[in-house]
Amino acid sequence: MPSIIKAEKLGYYYVKYSDDSENPELINAIRSIDLSVERGEFIAVLGHNGSGKSTLAKHINALLVPSEGTMWIDGVDTGQEEDLWKVRQKAGMVFQNPDNQIIGTVVDEDVGFGPENLGVPTDDIWKRVDDALSKVGMLGFRDRSPGKLSGGQKQRVAIAGVVAMQPECIVLDEPTAMLDPNGRKEVLQVVRDLNKQEGVTVILITHYMEEVVFADHVYVMDGGQIVMEGTPREVFSQVDVLKSYRLTVPQVTELAYELKTAGVPLPEGILTIDELVEALC
Amino acid sequence: MLIELKNVSYTYGTGTVYEVSALENINLNIGEGEFIGVIGHTGSGKSTLIQHFNGLIRPSSGQVLFAGKDIWEPGYDLRSLRTHVGLVFQYPENQLFETDVLKDVMFGPKNQGLTLEECESRARAALNQSGVPEELYSASPFEISGGQKRRVAIAGVLAMDPEVLILDEPTAGLDPAGRDELLGQIKYLRDKRGITVILVTHSMEDVAQYASRLLVVHEGRIAFDGPPKKVFMNYRELETMGLAAPQITYIMHALREKGLMVDVSATTVAEAKRSILLALSRRASEKQE
Amino acid sequence: MGEITLGQYYPSNSILHRLDPRVKFIGTILYIVSLFLVNSWIGYAMAGCVLAVLIGLSRVPLRFILRSMKPVLFILLFTMIFNLLLTPGDVLVRFWIFRITREGVSLAVRMGIRLAFLVMGSSIMTLTTTPNELTDAMENLFAPLSFFHVPVHEIAMMMSIALRFIPILVEETDKIKKAQMARGADFESGGLVRRVRSMIPLLVPLFVSAFRRANDLAMAMEARCYHGGSGRTQMKPLKYSKRDFIAYAIELAYLAVCIIFKVRGL
Repeated sequence: MPSIIKAEKLGYYYVKYSDDSENPELINAIRSIDLSVERGEFIAVLGHNGSGKSTLAKHINALLVPSEGTMWIDGVDTGQEEDLWKVRQKAGMVFQNPDNQIIGTVVDEDVGFGPENLGVPTDDIWKRVDDALSKVGMLGFRDRSPGKLSGGQKQRVAIAGVVAMQPECIVLDEPTAMLDPNGRKEVLQVVRDLNKQEGVTVILITHYMEEVVFADHVYVMDGGQIVMEGTPREVFSQVDVLKSYRLTVPQVTELAYELKTAGVPLPEGILTIDELVEALC
Repeated sequence: MLIELKNVSYTYGTGTVYEVSALENINLNIGEGEFIGVIGHTGSGKSTLIQHFNGLIRPSSGQVLFAGKDIWEPGYDLRSLRTHVGLVFQYPENQLFETDVLKDVMFGPKNQGLTLEECESRARAALNQSGVPEELYSASPFEISGGQKRRVAIAGVLAMDPEVLILDEPTAGLDPAGRDELLGQIKYLRDKRGITVILVTHSMEDVAQYASRLLVVHEGRIAFDGPPKKVFMNYRELETMGLAAPQITYIMHALREKGLMVDVSATTVAEAKRSILLALSRRASEKQE
Repeated sequence: MGEITLGQYYPSNSILHRLDPRVKFIGTILYIVSLFLVNSWIGYAMAGCVLAVLIGLSRVPLRFILRSMKPVLFILLFTMIFNLLLTPGDVLVRFWIFRITREGVSLAVRMGIRLAFLVMGSSIMTLTTTPNELTDAMENLFAPLSFFHVPVHEIAMMMSIALRFIPILVEETDKIKKAQMARGADFESGGLVRRVRSMIPLLVPLFVSAFRRANDLAMAMEARCYHGGSGRTQMKPLKYSKRDFIAYAIELAYLAVCIIFKVRGL
């Protein structure tokens, strides 16, 4: 079986016209990206605003097609126009702003929107919608108007809308950036459950460090390129390097790093409070 | 006292079935030069509370005083109050509208009735204090980066030269370095110009780092009011309100439970480091004896 | 707070609420047609009875239905007065330059009844049908027009998206207004020119935000495989049940009676 997501020397350019300059600028949003994700993995992509992580995400869903190199989703080349809907069905996408991605005026109709577009028969749509809503814990809200839900609930509805399309993988582009801490927790829990229990491959794009602790593999982007990769522990052990990419680490990791530089014997890349307490006492 | 709230209550949709009590009997004094953090989960009433400070919301009952004067007395100049008490809303970049950055920042001073030169010098000073580089002054506010837009919007309020600056989640959506830079700038403003800062945030870490006083709003009431260190000691109660203490607080409590005699009131990484190193060296010397 | 319900839907589970929206849509059109068919007092009495029965069946409190008259009250009075004063015929009263005629009184009352019944009749539809159901009904009923290259599906999609976004934009307007007021903006005082000018700081951000939302939403729809109406299935297709056919039969019977009245000159 092919990798679920595979990118080779991926690059994306666009032309920017500004008022004053005669010559349009060629902007290089991402370049020479190599990526390979296996089925069932939980991948996190970190990077500051403008590092190119959103551009990469849009390539996975074929909302953008590469200017150079190739992107395959489950073996399908995203550059082939005739396979466009196949790619989008296989790789679902959840966006940042919860208000701007809910189409339906009632929760269950919104979740049904994707299956309707895929031409799924009516009875099956209902089954899929029930199933998707219960997986994100929103079945009790099916008749509600999305406008009355909290930010975390809206994002869970958006995730259900993707789940109902029965994708192989879900790309979440900063799904928690506009939520409060409780909403963030809700959404992250749902994403982790989908990954663990349903085996859905997850690509989580974020700049909240606490959210990537659970990932199998972390990529860090800067200037349109992948500049670091590894397990969370490997990546988080390099606190200074991360800071140079305008990122930080969770407080516990930073404290452990500070103590270690002060001479306290501690293991590399401590990620949780328990680990630190264990090591110190 | 700069701002005083006396028995302030606010009810939404009075007289309808949707009547919701947003604030109940709030008494509050805010002094000059304070750096106040305001926390509370979504819907706790904290947004309603801060809009009372500059007269955007009129209390259903009770009094709001600015510099000793009741702002809801007939004839009180509310527009001028709003220049003394600057309020930066959440995602303030959504309010930008002018053709270039400088003009947009001049909007506030113009509304104050200042001369064009005064407006411009105020705007330049505010942009400078917010850390917007000069080459962007003539750019369209719609074509600069998200982080820069945010700074321009904050400058738009600063340019009115307020004595109080209220910010509603100013770092939402910014990356970690952007968050630190912005908060650093705000702290600098307070230290340099003596502005009173009221910061609404979800980040306990930011509160611990910057605020000298912390207000916890819960179900329309002030649940806690005091120095962050003292308030975070009640982390169990904060949790029942859907809030939490900074990660450091939990680390320190866990270490103490395991017998390492650290200072549990530490809330920042620097304090925690100092306290842990001290406790470790004490433990080592005890073992030697 | 601030949830705007367009067409002021009144939630209930009455027989009218449960009817297929197409039945209600066609029924409303037939009712309006009938108001212009009948021209006699008996006819108006019948239309009034039908209206009363419908209001009873809908279980919507009368004040909600009367409230729907409010926005058209001015037009109603205007037409009535216009007809009252300017119709030639048997003069009843004469004052200043006006003459009130027998024909004028009759015409004014007829016009008033027609308009009032028309507005109340259609408000029964909007009070018992969600905007969404109405959009579905219209998409379904106008489907044959797509044969003439009318983008029926797209228009219906547009309407339902508009319904979804109106409350969001209303809320956004309020936020931007407050944000500009915090910068000393004044939306209340001054003459017309000043007031219009003072709207710029409100309207520009609102448009910018609306376009950004449109862009985001288009992307979100594409990401969920939306590619127009072709090959699309429906989660909640409209399905007629027995009561809908009975309702259609009643509607037809009513129309027939009205035509008979018209032909007989009653």
